[in-house]
Amino acid sequence: MELARVIGTLVATERSAGLDGVPFLIIQPLDREQRPRGEPLVAADAVAMAGPGELVYFVASREAALALPETFVPVDHAIVGIVDAVGPLEDEG
Amino acid sequence: MKIGRVVATVVSTVNHPSFDGRRLLLCDLLDPHGQSTGRYSIAVDAAFAGAGEKVLILDEGNSARQVLKDPAAPIRAVVVGVVDAVDLGEG
Repeated sequence: MELARVIGTLVATERSAGLDGVPFLIIQPLDREQRPRGEPLVAADAVAMAGPGELVYFVASREAALALPETFVPVDHAIVGIVDAVGPLEDEG
Repeated sequence: MKIGRVVATVVSTVNHPSFDGRRLLLCDLLDPHGQSTGRYSIAVDAAFAGAGEKVLILDEGNSARQVLKDPAAPIRAVVVGVVDAVDLGEG
């Protein structure tokens, strides 16, 4: 998985079957220092809570299809969590 | 599988249920010589890896779901070992 920043939302009322009710967000993948890396993409929001500006982590391909409540819907990227913090490990004191 | 180094942890309270109670490790991906490849991966910890440790990262869904014993987990990257040594036979 990688980090991404939510930069927008996307509405598509005409959709293929299986995508009903799936919220779409536009995300900008980030590198390890949370700098933009690569092209923005459209991801399904599997936690349905992420809003613009938030730092999230996402999965791709089959894992994205598995991430939604109704699995194996036709999505290729899905947000699976919102990041509270990226920080030192507990044992680092 | 890939080699990585644990550099941080990702704290997350709002997430897909399969991540509940799982520790997320942000790992720098390394080449066999231990040099950073510039890529990274957020992997679920299944080997109790600590800060700075060199780790073995599984990066395939079916095996990940098997290791995590969760057939529905939308997870591919799992830390499955802590690397003691890499020998490239270069003497």
